[in-house]
Amino acid sequence: MSLLVVEGVRAGYNEEVDILQGVSLRVEPGQIVAIIGPNGAGKSTLLKTVFGILRPKEGRIVFDGEEIGGLPPEVIVRKGMSYVPQVRNVFPSLTVQENLEMGAFVREDDYRGRLEEIYQVFPDLREKRHQKVGRLSGGQRQMVAMGRALMLDPKLLLLDEPSAGLAPSAVSAVFDRIMEINRRGVAILIVEQNAKEALRLSNYGYVLTMGRNALEGPGEELLRDEEVGRLYLGRG
Amino acid sequence: MMLELFVYGIVLGSIIALGAIGLTLVYGILRFANFAHGDLMTAGAYVGLFLVSSLFPLIGIPREPLGPFSFGWRMVAAFPVAMAAVSGIAILLDRLIYRRLRQKGSSAVILAISALGASLIVRMVVLILWGGDYRSFFPGVLRPAMELPFGVKIRPDQVLIIGVAALLMVSLYLFLHYTKTGKAMRATADNMELARISGIRTERIVLWTWAIGGALAAAGGVLYGIDVQIHPGMGWNFLLPLFAAAILGGIGKVHGALIGGLVIGVLQQLSTAWLLPTYKPAVAFIGMIIILLVRPQGIFGGETGGT
Repeated sequence: MSLLVVEGVRAGYNEEVDILQGVSLRVEPGQIVAIIGPNGAGKSTLLKTVFGILRPKEGRIVFDGEEIGGLPPEVIVRKGMSYVPQVRNVFPSLTVQENLEMGAFVREDDYRGRLEEIYQVFPDLREKRHQKVGRLSGGQRQMVAMGRALMLDPKLLLLDEPSAGLAPSAVSAVFDRIMEINRRGVAILIVEQNAKEALRLSNYGYVLTMGRNALEGPGEELLRDEEVGRLYLGRG
Repeated sequence: MMLELFVYGIVLGSIIALGAIGLTLVYGILRFANFAHGDLMTAGAYVGLFLVSSLFPLIGIPREPLGPFSFGWRMVAAFPVAMAAVSGIAILLDRLIYRRLRQKGSSAVILAISALGASLIVRMVVLILWGGDYRSFFPGVLRPAMELPFGVKIRPDQVLIIGVAALLMVSLYLFLHYTKTGKAMRATADNMELARISGIRTERIVLWTWAIGGALAAAGGVLYGIDVQIHPGMGWNFLLPLFAAAILGGIGKVHGALIGGLVIGVLQQLSTAWLLPTYKPAVAFIGMIIILLVRPQGIFGGETGGT
């Protein structure tokens, strides 16, 4: 059974305009799936709709066998899905550890073991755990943002452009962490401008244009695809 | 003389800080300037007056003062009840007025004007129920002042005001930093969207914010009434100093509102050495303007948002 099924979803920020004009995709358990495409294709909108920040006007969203279309984010997060927005994805005046604790907000059990695991994945954060996140570098903030989302021990993690605005060294560190998170069994749906890197680490990829599915296939296959290369990977 | 005014400034500043903290908490969560906040202080003072002068005598709580203070068990019992009552009033105003406007996506101006309207409603209800006269919690009870070093005279009541205000602020600090709900409040003030994404039920946090803001305003109002006489316009007169304190400390920051409150209180009292007491609100604002000219982001404003 697929972990996430999106079928024919239409959604947008207002009544008149639909950014997504019937998008479909699937994420299997444990997979990394990338969504690439030009600016304005609706990649971020798709993540927001899956997570309930936007309501789908049409179509189905099924997570872990349950229809979740139209549920608000604070309900969806309780079902085992976490989301890291592209911007404003940390609580700047809270400490690193408090940010992580907020990620565990919906957990009623003892999450200290999980906190320990997060510090193993992101060793830098352990050292800085009592520092305010507003004082950290961009790359470290991105680690905090992912750490927060992982505190729930989610089945599926949604990442919106995790490498945007980061220094090149921080970019590769972030992609390393994404692989590491996936190795620990978390399925990941990732939206990326950095299409080449995203497809390289993905099991499967979707290309969106103008709010519609354009192409799809295994990550390696899309990487070799002539048209994808020409349009999105900067190969002439 | 100046030292004595400084000490009285700390007394007044503690009361201003209690109001300003509520104002700044509500602003931090809802980005909303609650012009009715001063009148919540008035409401607290009059709920206290009703309890100590009408209800508690009926149920036989004795009037005798405790130790060196001007009040007894009636006030001890009235204090938490007044805090709870004004929490309820604050939540009610939010449910009846502000939340509806928020959900309609009303502009900041509409919300601010509606808060002005709410403040009038609260004040007029107080006026209808209790009249416009100056009132004392315990008329005729006068307790001797204590003499501190350097000839500073202070009444035991005033020492208690500082103590109670400090206790409430320490409690608030512990709540915000060491409880799950308190941390979630700070997180919501930082980034409400991310709070929702993390599963925090932000409407519940809004309720907590009003409850705490209302309770602290009531505490400030009752403590003011322990110090001096109360009247229906008292909270409205407090509004400018409250805003001055909150803005001075960097709006949205709890420790900023505390320091801002103390600074404004001390400035106001010191000014009475040269100016008529009626100029106190003006002094609060002139002080605020001067400090903001030097530090436009407020004393603690700047680096990061939130409480």
